[in-house]
Amino acid sequence: MDTILEILRGLHPDIDFESCDSLVDDKIIDSFDIVSIISDLNDEFDITIPAEEIVPENFNSAKAIYAMVERLMEE
Amino acid sequence: MLFTTSRFIFFLLGVILIYQLLPQKFRWIWLLISSYIFYCFSGIKHLIYITVTSFSTYLASIMLDRIQKEQASYLKENKESLSREERKAYKAAMKSRQRRWLVLCMLLNFGILAVLKYTDFMIANINGILGAAGSKRQLAFMNFVLPLGISFYTFQTMGYLIDVYREKYPAEKNPFKLALFTSFFPQLIQGPINRFDELKESLFAGRKLTINNVSFGTQRILWGFFKKLVIADRLLVAVSTIIHNTDEYQGVYVLVGMFFYAITLYADFTGGIDIAIGVAEIFGIPFRENFERPFFSKSIAEYWRRWHMSLSSWFRDYMFYPISVSKPMLDLSKFCRKHVGDWLGKRIPIYLASIIVWFTTGIWHGAAWNFVVWGLLNCLVILVSQECTPLYEKFHNRLKVGNSFWYRMFQVLRTFWLMSFLRTLDCYQNVGLTFRMYSTIFTRFNLMELFRGGLMKLGLTRYDYIVLVPAVCLLLLVSLTGRKGSVRKQLSAKPVMVRYLVYFAIFLAVLILGAYGVGYDSSQFIYSRF
Repeated sequence: MDTILEILRGLHPDIDFESCDSLVDDKIIDSFDIVSIISDLNDEFDITIPAEEIVPENFNSAKAIYAMVERLMEE
Repeated sequence: MLFTTSRFIFFLLGVILIYQLLPQKFRWIWLLISSYIFYCFSGIKHLIYITVTSFSTYLASIMLDRIQKEQASYLKENKESLSREERKAYKAAMKSRQRRWLVLCMLLNFGILAVLKYTDFMIANINGILGAAGSKRQLAFMNFVLPLGISFYTFQTMGYLIDVYREKYPAEKNPFKLALFTSFFPQLIQGPINRFDELKESLFAGRKLTINNVSFGTQRILWGFFKKLVIADRLLVAVSTIIHNTDEYQGVYVLVGMFFYAITLYADFTGGIDIAIGVAEIFGIPFRENFERPFFSKSIAEYWRRWHMSLSSWFRDYMFYPISVSKPMLDLSKFCRKHVGDWLGKRIPIYLASIIVWFTTGIWHGAAWNFVVWGLLNCLVILVSQECTPLYEKFHNRLKVGNSFWYRMFQVLRTFWLMSFLRTLDCYQNVGLTFRMYSTIFTRFNLMELFRGGLMKLGLTRYDYIVLVPAVCLLLLVSLTGRKGSVRKQLSAKPVMVRYLVYFAIFLAVLILGAYGVGYDSSQFIYSRF
């Protein structure tokens, strides 16, 4: 979780990613941010995040991103 | 058959009447028959294209569905015996089988679109190269006629197929239902590009007409007519005068043309979409919204999130993301990070995917270089703005202007003019000519010319301006009111007398102030040619 928070804070240092749960819905992160996050997650966790995983539910909060990463690591 | 003709109104009334008379289970079939009748008005021979798209998409989606079911059942049966690696390898093999069907179907459908839309563009370029090389040989143009709505229904059905491939929802088992999704008549002229999961329930439900739906749908249609007939068709006369007489109308007229074209395109496109959404709403079918007050955007990137949203979200979901997170792109990113540096390496997937998407967006709008340049210039502005964001933030913090009303107003006006400037490429339809016209803004600018009778020479009379000014103000007012939620819902909370007075006034405005007759061309929606 800390790694994910670090990646997110690297993009928007002024956002409280621990409590925010509408990152995509409130347009806090955009499509460029999402690609950047995916690139970092691929490196950090050695996973492949396919395009079909890019849905608001998976990127609306740090917790949602963490859950997606865990699921993909298990597969 | 165009939305703004009496023939369409009679057609729609007939469809509604029979729809209501039929038992619920037959209503979607009637909508399919009506859609094909509607399509026949644009030429019976074009039916073959939309039918091929429907049928091939149906076939491919059923194959994808079968493979997915086969995979699920195999994995269930062998849950205990397969190792993690074996399971992974099996899934990869099945995904590859699915990909073959997906690619085959996409090649066929995008191939049809490409051949019909881009063959003459390719021939023109080849002829240009042959001429430049001194050859006298020239290839003959094919002059294919583009079937109605092909750019829209191809994207809509391919979006459906990709969603089935991604297992977002199962394939539709009834080929006629998929045919209705592809051909439902309100969306054929200029979209919006709908998503299957958002439409399927209401599209096939055959819901009874309700007073609420009919009333809301009719209001939306009326508002669309107002935008198209009172504003767009009237202003288009002035725009045409400016862009077709480039020797006479230069300097300040180019700016006037940009401004008028911005309003024309907005009124024309949103008007057409209002009619499409309104017609669907009568049947209780909710189309996705295509605009969110785009002229109030503070940046070009934001503008594109609010203008033609169904197309930009299509490009984002089915093109930008798959390209930018694809394995080759991420490998390239890694390579660049290692050999060139972190800064460029991180940006490579975003930059390349953006360039590809904007090139395609340009060429989707039209088979001509002006559209390609227009698309790539949009991309350039968005990427430069993205890179300048830290600089802007520093500027905002230092001058403490970030949230002030006047600075936001400046941002909105800057975006409006920047977009109008780029859109001029669509007006003159020639890159060289457009840039020559841009240059006259600086070399032949004479503001006073407009007030010495210049505005009266553009094909509009004093009466036209008297109609246009309050009509555009009303458009602005409705947009501003829309920030607080649906305007129609706000209106429906008003007393009955006020409501009906507003409806009646708009109806009268369309009837009396609509641009009909000689000199006006209400025959086409601008976006229908895309």
